[in-house]
Amino acid sequence: MEYFLQQLINGVTLGSIYGLIAIGYTMVYGIIGMINFAHGDIFMVGTFISLIVFMGLVALGITSVPLALLIVLIISMIVTASYGWTVERLAYRPLRGSFRLAPLITAIGMSIVLQNYIQVTQGARNRPLQPVITGGFQFFEDSEFVVNLSNMQILIIVTTVVLMIAFSLLISKTPLGRSQRACEQDSKMASLLGINVDRTISLTFVMGAALASVAGFMYLLYYGVIDFYIGFVVGIKAFTAAVLGGIGSLPGAMLGGLLIGLIETFWSAYFTIEYKDVAAFYMLALVLIFLPSGLLGRSEVEKV
Amino acid sequence: MSSLIPEWENNPVLNVEHLTMKFGGLTAIDNLSFVAGRGDITALIGPNGAGKTTVFNCLTGFYKPTEGMVTLTQRGGESFLLERLEEHRICYKAKVARTFQNIRLFSNMTVLENLLVAQHNKLMLASYFTIGGIFGLPHFREAEKRAIEKAAYWLDKIGIIDRADTAAGDLPYGDQRRLEIARAMCTGPELLCLDEPAAGLNPRESHDLNQLLLNIRDEENISILLIEHDMSVVMGISDHIVVLDYGVKISDGTPEFIRNDPNVIAAYLGVEEDELEQESGS
Repeated sequence: MEYFLQQLINGVTLGSIYGLIAIGYTMVYGIIGMINFAHGDIFMVGTFISLIVFMGLVALGITSVPLALLIVLIISMIVTASYGWTVERLAYRPLRGSFRLAPLITAIGMSIVLQNYIQVTQGARNRPLQPVITGGFQFFEDSEFVVNLSNMQILIIVTTVVLMIAFSLLISKTPLGRSQRACEQDSKMASLLGINVDRTISLTFVMGAALASVAGFMYLLYYGVIDFYIGFVVGIKAFTAAVLGGIGSLPGAMLGGLLIGLIETFWSAYFTIEYKDVAAFYMLALVLIFLPSGLLGRSEVEKV
Repeated sequence: MSSLIPEWENNPVLNVEHLTMKFGGLTAIDNLSFVAGRGDITALIGPNGAGKTTVFNCLTGFYKPTEGMVTLTQRGGESFLLERLEEHRICYKAKVARTFQNIRLFSNMTVLENLLVAQHNKLMLASYFTIGGIFGLPHFREAEKRAIEKAAYWLDKIGIIDRADTAAGDLPYGDQRRLEIARAMCTGPELLCLDEPAAGLNPRESHDLNQLLLNIRDEENISILLIEHDMSVVMGISDHIVVLDYGVKISDGTPEFIRNDPNVIAAYLGVEEDELEQESGS
Protein backbone atom coordinates (compact mmCIF):
# COMPACT_ATOMS: atom_id res chain seq x y z
CA MET A 1 0.00 0.00 0.00
CA GLU A 2 2.74 2.44 0.99
CA TYR A 3 4.74 1.35 -2.01
CA PHE A 4 1.74 1.92 -4.25
CA LEU A 5 1.22 5.39 -2.82
CA GLN A 6 4.84 6.30 -3.41
CA GLN A 7 4.59 5.20 -7.04
CA LEU A 8 1.41 7.18 -7.43
CA ILE A 9 3.17 10.33 -6.24
CA ASN A 10 6.12 9.72 -8.55
CA GLY A 11 3.81 8.93 -11.46
CA VAL A 12 1.76 12.08 -11.05
CA THR A 13 4.94 14.16 -10.91
CA LEU A 14 6.30 12.65 -14.09
CA GLY A 15 2.88 12.84 -15.70
CA SER A 16 2.68 16.56 -14.96
CA ILE A 17 5.85 17.18 -16.93
CA TYR A 18 4.61 15.06 -19.84
CA GLY A 19 1.27 16.82 -19.73
CA LEU A 20 2.81 20.27 -20.05
CA ILE A 21 4.81 19.20 -23.09
CA ALA A 22 1.88 17.32 -24.60
CA ILE A 23 -0.15 20.54 -24.64
CA GLY A 24 2.33 21.98 -27.12
CA TYR A 25 1.89 19.00 -29.45
CA THR A 26 -1.84 18.94 -29.22
CA MET A 27 -2.35 22.67 -29.74
CA VAL A 28 -0.16 22.82 -32.81
CA TYR A 29 -1.85 19.75 -34.22
CA GLY A 30 -5.24 21.28 -33.49
CA ILE A 31 -4.54 24.50 -35.29
CA ILE A 32 -2.52 23.46 -38.34
CA GLY A 33 -2.83 19.69 -38.35
CA MET A 34 0.88 18.95 -38.20
CA ILE A 35 2.98 17.12 -35.64
CA ASN A 36 5.71 19.46 -34.48
CA PHE A 37 8.48 16.93 -33.95
CA ALA A 38 10.86 19.69 -32.91
CA HIS A 39 8.75 20.31 -29.81
CA GLY A 40 10.69 17.81 -27.69
CA ASP A 41 13.85 19.65 -28.58
CA ILE A 42 12.28 22.96 -27.72
CA PHE A 43 11.73 21.39 -24.30
CA MET A 44 15.41 20.39 -24.24
CA VAL A 45 16.44 23.93 -25.17
CA GLY A 46 14.25 25.08 -22.29
CA THR A 47 16.17 22.91 -19.82
CA PHE A 48 19.50 24.32 -21.02
CA ILE A 49 18.32 27.91 -20.89
CA SER A 50 17.05 27.32 -17.36
CA LEU A 51 20.40 25.88 -16.37
CA ILE A 52 22.36 28.74 -17.92
CA VAL A 53 20.17 31.40 -16.34
CA PHE A 54 20.34 29.61 -13.02
CA MET A 55 24.13 29.45 -13.13
CA GLY A 56 24.19 33.10 -14.07
CA LEU A 57 22.07 34.04 -11.08
CA VAL A 58 24.29 32.00 -8.77
CA ALA A 59 27.30 33.79 -10.19
CA LEU A 60 25.59 37.11 -9.58
CA GLY A 61 25.10 36.08 -5.99
CA ILE A 62 21.34 35.84 -5.89
CA THR A 63 20.84 33.21 -3.23
CA SER A 64 17.17 33.57 -2.35
CA VAL A 65 15.78 30.36 -3.82
CA PRO A 66 12.18 31.47 -4.55
CA LEU A 67 13.39 34.67 -6.22
CA ALA A 68 15.97 32.81 -8.29
CA LEU A 69 13.41 30.22 -9.37
CA LEU A 70 10.98 32.91 -10.43
CA ILE A 71 13.57 34.79 -12.45
CA VAL A 72 14.78 31.60 -14.12
CA LEU A 73 11.23 30.61 -14.94
CA ILE A 74 10.37 33.94 -16.54
CA ILE A 75 13.57 34.32 -18.55
CA SER A 76 13.49 30.72 -19.66
CA MET A 77 9.87 31.04 -20.79
CA ILE A 78 10.62 34.15 -22.81
CA VAL A 79 13.77 32.82 -24.46
CA THR A 80 12.34 29.38 -25.19
CA ALA A 81 9.18 30.96 -26.56
CA SER A 82 11.30 32.96 -28.97
CA TYR A 83 12.91 29.70 -30.09
CA GLY A 84 9.44 28.31 -30.71
CA TRP A 85 8.50 31.40 -32.68
CA THR A 86 11.68 31.25 -34.74
CA VAL A 87 11.23 27.59 -35.60
CA GLU A 88 7.71 28.27 -36.80
CA ARG A 89 8.76 31.31 -38.78
CA LEU A 90 11.75 29.66 -40.44
CA ALA A 91 10.68 26.09 -40.95
CA TYR A 92 6.89 25.90 -41.04
CA ARG A 93 5.38 29.14 -42.25
CA PRO A 94 7.12 29.13 -45.65
CA LEU A 95 5.76 25.64 -46.22
CA ARG A 96 2.20 26.35 -45.24
CA GLY A 97 -0.09 25.35 -48.06
CA SER A 98 2.52 23.00 -49.42
CA PHE A 99 1.94 19.24 -49.45
CA ARG A 100 1.15 17.57 -46.16
CA LEU A 101 4.46 15.84 -45.54
CA ALA A 102 6.63 18.91 -46.12
CA PRO A 103 6.24 20.49 -42.66
CA LEU A 104 6.68 17.06 -41.08
CA ILE A 105 10.04 16.66 -42.78
CA THR A 106 11.20 20.14 -41.77
CA ALA A 107 9.99 19.41 -38.24
CA ILE A 108 12.32 16.43 -38.04
CA GLY A 109 15.00 18.60 -39.61
CA MET A 110 14.52 21.31 -37.00
CA SER A 111 14.69 18.68 -34.29
CA ILE A 112 18.11 17.55 -35.54
CA VAL A 113 19.26 21.15 -35.96
CA LEU A 114 18.34 22.05 -32.39
CA GLN A 115 19.99 18.93 -30.99
CA ASN A 116 23.21 19.58 -32.84
CA TYR A 117 23.13 23.26 -32.05
CA ILE A 118 22.99 22.49 -28.33
CA GLN A 119 25.57 19.74 -28.69
CA VAL A 120 27.99 22.11 -30.39
CA THR A 121 27.41 25.09 -28.14
CA GLN A 122 26.96 23.30 -24.81
CA GLY A 123 28.97 20.14 -25.28
CA ALA A 124 27.86 16.57 -25.44
CA ARG A 125 28.45 15.72 -21.81
CA ASN A 126 25.82 15.51 -19.10
CA ARG A 127 25.12 18.76 -17.33
CA PRO A 128 24.41 18.36 -13.63
CA LEU A 129 22.67 20.74 -11.27
CA GLN A 130 22.88 20.53 -7.50
CA PRO A 131 19.50 19.87 -5.88
CA VAL A 132 18.02 23.30 -5.30
CA ILE A 133 14.83 22.43 -3.53
CA THR A 134 15.29 19.95 -0.75
CA GLY A 135 13.20 18.59 2.06
CA GLY A 136 9.68 17.29 2.01
CA PHE A 137 7.17 15.25 3.92
CA GLN A 138 7.38 11.70 5.15
CA PHE A 139 4.32 9.55 5.66
CA PHE A 140 3.90 6.15 7.33
CA GLU A 141 7.16 6.57 9.18
CA ASP A 142 6.39 3.58 11.41
CA SER A 143 5.96 1.12 8.58
CA GLU A 144 8.83 -0.53 6.75
CA PHE A 145 8.34 1.57 3.60
CA VAL A 146 8.41 5.31 4.19
CA VAL A 147 6.48 7.35 1.63
CA ASN A 148 8.25 10.49 0.54
CA LEU A 149 6.56 13.54 -0.87
CA SER A 150 9.34 16.00 -1.59
CA ASN A 151 8.87 19.74 -1.81
CA MET A 152 10.08 19.49 -5.38
CA GLN A 153 7.25 17.14 -6.27
CA ILE A 154 4.74 19.44 -4.61
CA LEU A 155 6.15 22.35 -6.57
CA ILE A 156 5.90 20.48 -9.87
CA ILE A 157 2.36 19.31 -9.31
CA VAL A 158 1.13 22.68 -8.05
CA THR A 159 2.81 24.60 -10.89
CA THR A 160 1.34 22.23 -13.44
CA VAL A 161 -2.15 22.51 -12.01
CA VAL A 162 -1.93 26.30 -11.88
CA LEU A 163 -0.59 26.54 -15.41
CA MET A 164 -3.20 24.20 -16.78
CA ILE A 165 -6.01 26.14 -15.16
CA ALA A 166 -4.58 29.42 -16.47
CA PHE A 167 -4.20 27.86 -19.87
CA SER A 168 -7.73 26.50 -20.01
CA LEU A 169 -9.00 29.95 -19.08
CA LEU A 170 -6.87 31.49 -21.79
CA ILE A 171 -8.31 29.15 -24.40
CA SER A 172 -11.91 29.41 -23.30
CA LYS A 173 -12.22 33.04 -22.21
CA THR A 174 -9.79 35.31 -23.98
CA PRO A 175 -10.02 36.68 -27.52
CA LEU A 176 -6.77 34.92 -28.38
CA GLY A 177 -8.14 31.56 -27.27
CA ARG A 178 -11.32 32.14 -29.23
CA SER A 179 -9.38 33.04 -32.33
CA GLN A 180 -7.27 29.91 -31.91
CA ARG A 181 -10.36 27.77 -31.73
CA ALA A 182 -11.76 29.59 -34.74
CA CYS A 183 -8.57 29.02 -36.76
CA GLU A 184 -8.66 25.40 -35.72
CA GLN A 185 -12.07 24.94 -37.28
CA ASP A 186 -11.83 27.09 -40.39
CA SER A 187 -8.78 29.25 -40.81
CA LYS A 188 -9.97 30.75 -44.11
CA MET A 189 -13.16 31.95 -42.52
CA ALA A 190 -11.28 33.23 -39.48
CA SER A 191 -9.08 35.22 -41.79
CA LEU A 192 -12.12 36.70 -43.52
CA LEU A 193 -13.39 37.86 -40.14
CA GLY A 194 -10.22 39.88 -39.73
CA ILE A 195 -8.17 37.45 -37.67
CA ASN A 196 -4.49 37.39 -38.52
CA VAL A 197 -4.17 33.64 -38.92
CA ASP A 198 -0.37 33.65 -39.25
CA ARG A 199 -0.01 35.54 -36.03
CA THR A 200 -2.45 33.28 -34.25
CA ILE A 201 -0.44 30.24 -35.37
CA SER A 202 2.80 31.88 -34.24
CA LEU A 203 1.29 32.59 -30.85
CA THR A 204 0.24 28.96 -30.59
CA PHE A 205 3.85 27.92 -31.08
CA VAL A 206 4.98 30.54 -28.58
CA MET A 207 2.51 29.30 -25.97
CA GLY A 208 3.47 25.68 -26.52
CA ALA A 209 7.16 26.53 -26.23
CA ALA A 210 6.60 28.54 -23.05
CA LEU A 211 4.85 25.58 -21.43
CA ALA A 212 7.60 23.26 -22.64
CA SER A 213 10.17 25.54 -21.04
CA VAL A 214 8.35 25.33 -17.71
CA ALA A 215 8.36 21.56 -18.08
CA GLY A 216 12.05 21.75 -18.94
CA PHE A 217 12.84 23.82 -15.90
CA MET A 218 11.01 21.41 -13.64
CA TYR A 219 12.66 18.43 -15.31
CA LEU A 220 16.03 20.03 -14.63
CA LEU A 221 15.22 20.64 -10.98
CA TYR A 222 13.71 17.19 -10.50
CA TYR A 223 16.29 15.03 -12.21
CA GLY A 224 19.27 17.34 -11.82
CA VAL A 225 21.01 16.16 -14.96
CA ILE A 226 20.40 17.03 -18.59
CA ASP A 227 22.04 16.49 -21.95
CA PHE A 228 21.37 17.51 -25.51
CA TYR A 229 19.53 14.29 -26.28
CA ILE A 230 16.80 14.28 -23.61
CA GLY A 231 14.35 16.08 -25.88
CA PHE A 232 13.92 13.07 -28.10
CA VAL A 233 12.60 10.47 -25.66
CA VAL A 234 10.70 12.93 -23.49
CA GLY A 235 9.23 14.54 -26.60
CA ILE A 236 8.09 11.21 -28.02
CA LYS A 237 6.55 10.29 -24.68
CA ALA A 238 4.67 13.57 -24.55
CA PHE A 239 3.55 12.99 -28.12
CA THR A 240 2.29 9.57 -27.07
CA ALA A 241 0.46 11.29 -24.24
CA ALA A 242 -1.16 13.71 -26.65
CA VAL A 243 -2.30 10.85 -28.90
CA LEU A 244 -3.50 8.80 -25.94
CA GLY A 245 -5.63 11.70 -24.69
CA GLY A 246 -6.87 12.49 -28.18
CA ILE A 247 -4.69 14.76 -30.25
CA GLY A 248 -6.19 18.20 -30.66
CA SER A 249 -7.88 18.07 -27.26
CA LEU A 250 -6.42 20.09 -24.39
CA PRO A 251 -7.92 18.16 -21.47
CA GLY A 252 -6.90 15.07 -23.41
CA ALA A 253 -3.27 16.15 -23.41
CA MET A 254 -3.34 16.70 -19.66
CA LEU A 255 -5.04 13.37 -19.01
CA GLY A 256 -2.79 11.56 -21.47
CA GLY A 257 0.32 13.02 -19.84
CA LEU A 258 -0.84 11.88 -16.45
CA LEU A 259 -1.64 8.38 -17.71
CA ILE A 260 1.68 7.95 -19.50
CA GLY A 261 3.49 9.11 -16.36
CA LEU A 262 1.56 6.64 -14.23
CA ILE A 263 1.94 3.74 -16.64
CA GLU A 264 5.66 4.28 -16.88
CA THR A 265 6.14 4.61 -13.13
CA PHE A 266 4.00 1.63 -12.18
CA TRP A 267 5.59 -0.52 -14.85
CA SER A 268 9.05 0.32 -13.51
CA ALA A 269 7.89 -0.33 -9.96
CA TYR A 270 6.14 -3.65 -10.42
CA PHE A 271 7.74 -5.11 -13.54
CA THR A 272 11.07 -4.36 -15.16
CA ILE A 273 12.43 -0.84 -15.34
CA GLU A 274 14.21 -1.61 -18.61
CA TYR A 275 10.89 -2.00 -20.37
CA LYS A 276 9.21 1.15 -19.10
CA ASP A 277 9.44 2.86 -22.48
CA VAL A 278 8.09 -0.25 -24.15
CA ALA A 279 5.10 -0.15 -21.81
CA ALA A 280 4.40 3.48 -22.62
CA PHE A 281 4.68 2.96 -26.35
CA TYR A 282 2.68 -0.25 -26.20
CA MET A 283 -0.13 1.87 -24.81
CA LEU A 284 0.20 4.05 -27.87
CA ALA A 285 -0.13 1.02 -30.13
CA LEU A 286 -3.19 -0.20 -28.24
CA VAL A 287 -4.83 3.21 -28.34
CA LEU A 288 -4.18 3.59 -32.05
CA ILE A 289 -5.71 0.17 -32.72
CA PHE A 290 -8.78 0.32 -30.52
CA LEU A 291 -9.45 4.04 -29.99
CA PRO A 292 -7.82 5.93 -32.84
CA SER A 293 -9.24 9.29 -31.80
CA GLY A 294 -7.88 8.94 -28.28
CA LEU A 295 -9.65 9.07 -24.92
CA LEU A 296 -11.10 12.56 -25.16
CA GLY A 297 -10.61 13.25 -28.85
CA ARG A 298 -13.40 13.88 -31.27
CA SER A 299 -13.62 11.36 -34.01
CA GLU A 300 -12.98 13.00 -37.32
CA VAL A 301 -16.08 13.11 -39.48
CA GLU A 302 -15.23 13.27 -43.16
CA LYS A 303 -16.86 16.26 -44.74
CA VAL A 304 -18.80 15.32 -47.82
CA MET B 1 -32.85 57.22 -68.99
CA SER B 2 -29.63 55.67 -70.14
CA SER B 3 -28.09 59.08 -70.85
CA LEU B 4 -28.39 60.06 -67.19
CA ILE B 5 -25.59 59.12 -64.87
CA PRO B 6 -26.98 56.50 -62.52
CA GLU B 7 -27.20 57.34 -58.86
CA TRP B 8 -24.65 54.74 -57.78
CA GLU B 9 -21.89 56.34 -59.84
CA ASN B 10 -22.01 59.43 -57.62
CA ASN B 11 -21.04 57.89 -54.34
CA PRO B 12 -19.61 54.43 -54.87
CA VAL B 13 -18.55 52.21 -52.01
CA LEU B 14 -17.00 49.67 -54.33
CA ASN B 15 -15.50 50.35 -57.70
CA VAL B 16 -14.46 47.37 -59.79
CA GLU B 17 -12.43 48.30 -62.85
CA HIS B 18 -11.35 45.98 -65.64
CA LEU B 19 -11.29 42.96 -63.38
CA THR B 20 -9.97 39.87 -65.13
CA MET B 21 -9.38 36.50 -63.54
CA LYS B 22 -7.79 33.69 -65.49
CA PHE B 23 -7.26 30.14 -64.32
CA GLY B 24 -4.75 28.73 -66.77
CA GLY B 25 -6.52 28.95 -70.11
CA LEU B 26 -9.94 29.58 -68.62
CA THR B 27 -11.05 33.17 -68.31
CA ALA B 28 -13.54 33.18 -65.45
CA ILE B 29 -14.02 36.93 -65.45
CA ASP B 30 -13.30 39.03 -68.48
CA ASN B 31 -12.72 42.76 -68.14
CA LEU B 32 -15.52 43.37 -65.69
CA SER B 33 -16.25 46.87 -64.48
CA PHE B 34 -19.08 47.87 -62.21
CA VAL B 35 -19.84 50.12 -59.31
CA ALA B 36 -21.74 49.46 -56.11
CA GLY B 37 -23.31 52.57 -54.63
CA ARG B 38 -23.10 53.46 -50.98
CA GLY B 39 -26.23 52.48 -49.10
CA ASP B 40 -27.49 50.38 -52.01
CA ILE B 41 -28.27 46.73 -52.29
CA THR B 42 -26.39 45.74 -55.41
CA ALA B 43 -27.17 42.31 -56.82
CA LEU B 44 -24.82 40.30 -58.94
CA ILE B 45 -26.78 37.77 -60.97
CA GLY B 46 -26.17 35.40 -63.81
CA PRO B 47 -26.54 31.78 -64.81
CA ASN B 48 -24.52 29.08 -63.07
CA GLY B 49 -20.84 29.36 -63.84
CA ALA B 50 -21.11 33.01 -64.83
CA GLY B 51 -18.25 33.91 -62.47
CA LYS B 52 -20.21 35.58 -59.68
CA THR B 53 -18.49 33.78 -56.83
CA THR B 54 -15.13 34.35 -58.52
CA VAL B 55 -15.83 38.08 -58.34
CA PHE B 56 -16.45 37.68 -54.60
CA ASN B 57 -13.28 35.68 -54.20
CA CYS B 58 -11.33 38.46 -55.90
CA LEU B 59 -12.92 41.06 -53.64
CA THR B 60 -12.14 39.23 -50.43
CA GLY B 61 -8.60 38.19 -51.15
CA PHE B 62 -9.22 34.50 -51.91
CA TYR B 63 -7.84 35.02 -55.38
CA LYS B 64 -5.40 37.59 -56.65
CA PRO B 65 -6.97 38.96 -59.83
CA THR B 66 -4.98 38.55 -63.01
CA GLU B 67 -5.74 42.12 -64.00
CA GLY B 68 -7.80 45.00 -62.76
CA MET B 69 -8.38 47.18 -59.79
CA VAL B 70 -10.91 46.95 -56.98
CA THR B 71 -11.30 50.09 -54.90
CA LEU B 72 -13.27 50.29 -51.71
CA THR B 73 -14.06 53.77 -50.45
CA GLN B 74 -15.08 54.13 -46.85
CA ARG B 75 -17.51 56.65 -45.47
CA GLY B 76 -14.67 58.76 -44.17
CA GLY B 77 -13.23 58.99 -47.67
CA GLU B 78 -10.36 56.62 -47.09
CA SER B 79 -9.95 54.15 -49.91
CA PHE B 80 -8.30 50.76 -50.20
CA LEU B 81 -7.15 48.71 -53.14
CA LEU B 82 -8.58 45.37 -52.18
CA GLU B 83 -6.52 43.29 -54.60
CA ARG B 84 -3.37 44.41 -52.81
CA LEU B 85 -4.44 43.79 -49.24
CA GLU B 86 -3.76 40.67 -47.23
CA GLU B 87 -6.81 38.55 -46.57
CA HIS B 88 -7.37 39.45 -42.93
CA ARG B 89 -6.80 43.15 -43.59
CA ILE B 90 -9.62 43.21 -46.10
CA CYS B 91 -11.97 42.64 -43.23
CA TYR B 92 -10.02 44.45 -40.53
CA LYS B 93 -8.91 47.60 -42.38
CA ALA B 94 -11.01 47.90 -45.52
CA LYS B 95 -14.09 46.58 -43.70
CA VAL B 96 -15.50 44.15 -46.19
CA ALA B 97 -17.32 41.15 -44.74
CA ARG B 98 -18.62 38.17 -46.63
CA THR B 99 -20.59 34.97 -46.30
CA PHE B 100 -20.37 31.82 -48.38
CA GLN B 101 -22.72 29.71 -50.45
CA ASN B 102 -22.26 26.89 -47.99
CA ILE B 103 -22.48 27.66 -44.30
CA ARG B 104 -19.12 28.28 -42.69
CA LEU B 105 -19.92 28.91 -39.07
CA PHE B 106 -17.57 27.73 -36.36
CA SER B 107 -19.96 24.92 -35.59
CA ASN B 108 -18.31 23.71 -32.37
CA MET B 109 -18.38 27.15 -30.84
CA THR B 110 -21.48 28.70 -29.33
CA VAL B 111 -23.61 31.20 -31.20
CA LEU B 112 -22.34 33.98 -28.97
CA GLU B 113 -18.70 32.97 -29.44
CA ASN B 114 -19.17 33.04 -33.20
CA LEU B 115 -20.19 36.68 -32.92
CA LEU B 116 -17.34 37.48 -30.52
CA VAL B 117 -14.75 35.98 -32.86
CA ALA B 118 -15.95 38.49 -35.43
CA GLN B 119 -15.00 41.27 -33.00
CA HIS B 120 -11.61 39.74 -32.37
CA ASN B 121 -9.39 42.67 -33.30
CA LYS B 122 -11.19 45.13 -31.09
CA LEU B 123 -11.06 42.74 -28.13
CA MET B 124 -7.46 41.82 -28.78
CA LEU B 125 -6.43 45.48 -28.53
CA ALA B 126 -8.58 46.02 -25.47
CA SER B 127 -7.02 43.04 -23.72
CA TYR B 128 -3.50 44.29 -24.48
CA PHE B 129 -2.93 41.21 -26.60
CA THR B 130 -4.48 38.75 -24.20
CA ILE B 131 -2.54 39.62 -21.05
CA GLY B 132 -5.45 41.69 -19.79
CA GLY B 133 -7.81 38.88 -20.72
CA ILE B 134 -6.15 36.39 -18.42
CA PHE B 135 -6.17 38.72 -15.44
CA GLY B 136 -9.58 40.15 -16.22
CA LEU B 137 -8.56 43.81 -16.22
CA PRO B 138 -11.49 46.25 -15.98
CA HIS B 139 -10.60 47.84 -19.32
CA PHE B 140 -10.92 44.46 -21.03
CA ARG B 141 -14.10 43.54 -19.20
CA GLU B 142 -15.66 46.78 -20.33
CA ALA B 143 -14.72 46.06 -23.95
CA GLU B 144 -15.98 42.52 -23.70
CA LYS B 145 -19.25 43.73 -22.26
CA ARG B 146 -19.70 46.04 -25.21
CA ALA B 147 -18.86 43.22 -27.61
CA ILE B 148 -21.45 40.99 -25.96
CA GLU B 149 -24.01 43.78 -26.16
CA LYS B 150 -23.34 44.16 -29.85
CA ALA B 151 -23.68 40.42 -30.32
CA ALA B 152 -26.93 40.44 -28.34
CA TYR B 153 -28.23 43.27 -30.51
CA TRP B 154 -27.73 41.18 -33.64
CA LEU B 155 -29.02 38.00 -32.08
CA ASP B 156 -32.13 39.90 -31.13
CA LYS B 157 -32.44 41.21 -34.66
CA ILE B 158 -32.28 37.76 -36.19
CA GLY B 159 -34.50 36.38 -33.44
CA ILE B 160 -32.28 33.76 -31.83
CA ILE B 161 -31.24 35.60 -28.68
CA ASP B 162 -32.55 32.74 -26.53
CA ARG B 163 -30.15 30.32 -28.23
CA ALA B 164 -26.97 32.32 -27.62
CA ASP B 165 -25.25 29.48 -25.78
CA THR B 166 -26.18 26.71 -28.21
CA ALA B 167 -23.42 25.29 -30.38
CA ALA B 168 -23.79 27.04 -33.73
CA GLY B 169 -23.87 23.72 -35.56
CA ASP B 170 -27.02 22.69 -33.69
CA LEU B 171 -29.14 25.55 -35.00
CA PRO B 172 -31.70 24.95 -37.73
CA TYR B 173 -30.51 25.71 -41.24
CA GLY B 174 -32.34 29.01 -41.66
CA ASP B 175 -31.03 30.32 -38.35
CA GLN B 176 -27.48 29.34 -39.32
CA ARG B 177 -27.86 31.36 -42.51
CA ARG B 178 -28.96 34.42 -40.62
CA LEU B 179 -26.33 33.89 -37.94
CA GLU B 180 -23.70 34.07 -40.66
CA ILE B 181 -25.04 37.44 -41.71
CA ALA B 182 -25.09 38.58 -38.09
CA ARG B 183 -21.51 37.43 -37.68
CA ALA B 184 -20.44 39.32 -40.77
CA MET B 185 -22.21 42.40 -39.42
CA CYS B 186 -20.41 42.11 -36.10
CA THR B 187 -17.13 42.83 -37.85
CA GLY B 188 -18.49 46.34 -38.43
CA PRO B 189 -18.31 46.30 -42.25
CA GLU B 190 -18.78 49.08 -44.77
CA LEU B 191 -19.68 46.56 -47.42
CA LEU B 192 -21.42 43.26 -46.78
CA CYS B 193 -20.94 40.62 -49.49
CA LEU B 194 -23.53 37.85 -49.37
CA ASP B 195 -23.13 34.78 -51.54
CA GLU B 196 -26.58 33.28 -52.10
CA PRO B 197 -28.01 34.00 -48.66
CA ALA B 198 -31.44 32.68 -49.68
CA ALA B 199 -30.19 29.31 -50.94
CA GLY B 200 -32.20 26.51 -49.37
CA LEU B 201 -34.57 28.77 -47.48
CA ASN B 202 -38.32 28.25 -47.56
CA PRO B 203 -40.53 31.15 -48.75
CA ARG B 204 -41.19 32.34 -45.25
CA GLU B 205 -37.51 32.35 -44.28
CA SER B 206 -36.71 33.97 -47.58
CA HIS B 207 -39.17 36.75 -46.78
CA ASP B 208 -37.59 37.21 -43.33
CA LEU B 209 -34.21 37.42 -45.00
CA ASN B 210 -35.45 40.19 -47.28
CA GLN B 211 -36.61 42.12 -44.25
CA LEU B 212 -33.25 41.61 -42.57
CA LEU B 213 -31.33 42.84 -45.60
CA LEU B 214 -33.58 45.88 -46.02
CA ASN B 215 -33.14 46.56 -42.34
CA ILE B 216 -29.35 46.38 -42.66
CA ARG B 217 -29.48 48.80 -45.56
CA ASP B 218 -31.93 51.27 -44.06
CA GLU B 219 -31.17 51.24 -40.35
CA GLU B 220 -27.51 50.31 -40.27
CA ASN B 221 -26.68 52.12 -43.50
CA ILE B 222 -24.50 49.31 -44.73
CA SER B 223 -24.05 48.72 -48.45
CA ILE B 224 -24.75 45.17 -49.59
CA LEU B 225 -23.40 43.25 -52.54
CA LEU B 226 -25.51 40.19 -53.18
CA ILE B 227 -25.23 37.08 -55.30
CA GLU B 228 -28.60 35.45 -55.59
CA HIS B 229 -30.54 33.04 -57.75
CA ASP B 230 -33.87 33.63 -56.08
CA MET B 231 -35.44 36.25 -58.33
CA SER B 232 -38.06 37.22 -55.76
CA VAL B 233 -35.23 38.30 -53.48
CA VAL B 234 -33.25 40.01 -56.22
CA MET B 235 -36.11 41.90 -57.82
CA GLY B 236 -37.76 42.64 -54.49
CA ILE B 237 -34.96 44.36 -52.67
CA SER B 238 -32.12 45.36 -55.01
CA ASP B 239 -31.49 48.93 -56.00
CA HIS B 240 -29.07 48.01 -58.72
CA ILE B 241 -28.41 44.79 -60.61
CA VAL B 242 -25.33 43.67 -62.50
CA VAL B 243 -25.80 40.69 -64.81
CA LEU B 244 -22.90 38.41 -65.71
CA ASP B 245 -22.76 35.69 -68.30
CA TYR B 246 -19.62 33.66 -68.94
CA GLY B 247 -17.55 36.20 -67.04
CA VAL B 248 -18.73 39.14 -69.12
CA LYS B 249 -21.05 41.85 -67.95
CA ILE B 250 -24.11 41.85 -70.16
CA SER B 251 -26.28 44.33 -68.35
CA ASP B 252 -26.20 46.83 -65.54
CA GLY B 253 -29.06 48.91 -64.19
CA THR B 254 -32.15 49.18 -62.03
CA PRO B 255 -34.40 46.13 -61.57
CA GLU B 256 -36.93 47.48 -64.09
CA PHE B 257 -34.21 48.09 -66.61
CA ILE B 258 -32.84 44.57 -66.16
CA ARG B 259 -36.27 43.03 -66.37
CA ASN B 260 -36.80 44.59 -69.78
CA ASP B 261 -33.28 44.37 -71.14
CA PRO B 262 -33.37 42.11 -74.23
CA ASN B 263 -29.77 41.00 -73.55
CA VAL B 264 -30.70 39.66 -70.17
CA ILE B 265 -33.89 38.10 -71.38
CA ALA B 266 -32.04 36.37 -74.17
CA ALA B 267 -29.18 35.16 -72.04
CA TYR B 268 -30.90 34.36 -68.83
CA LEU B 269 -34.30 35.41 -67.62
CA GLY B 270 -36.02 35.43 -70.98
CA VAL B 271 -35.44 31.82 -71.83
CA GLU B 272 -37.36 30.69 -68.83
CA GLU B 273 -40.11 33.26 -69.30
CA ASP B 274 -40.54 32.40 -72.95
CA GLU B 275 -40.85 28.77 -72.14
CA LEU B 276 -43.39 29.54 -69.47
CA GLU B 277 -45.38 31.73 -71.84
CA GLN B 278 -45.33 29.06 -74.50
CA GLU B 279 -46.47 26.47 -72.02
CA SER B 280 -49.29 28.64 -70.72
CA GLY B 281 -50.20 29.67 -74.29
CA SER B 282 -50.43 26.16 -75.62
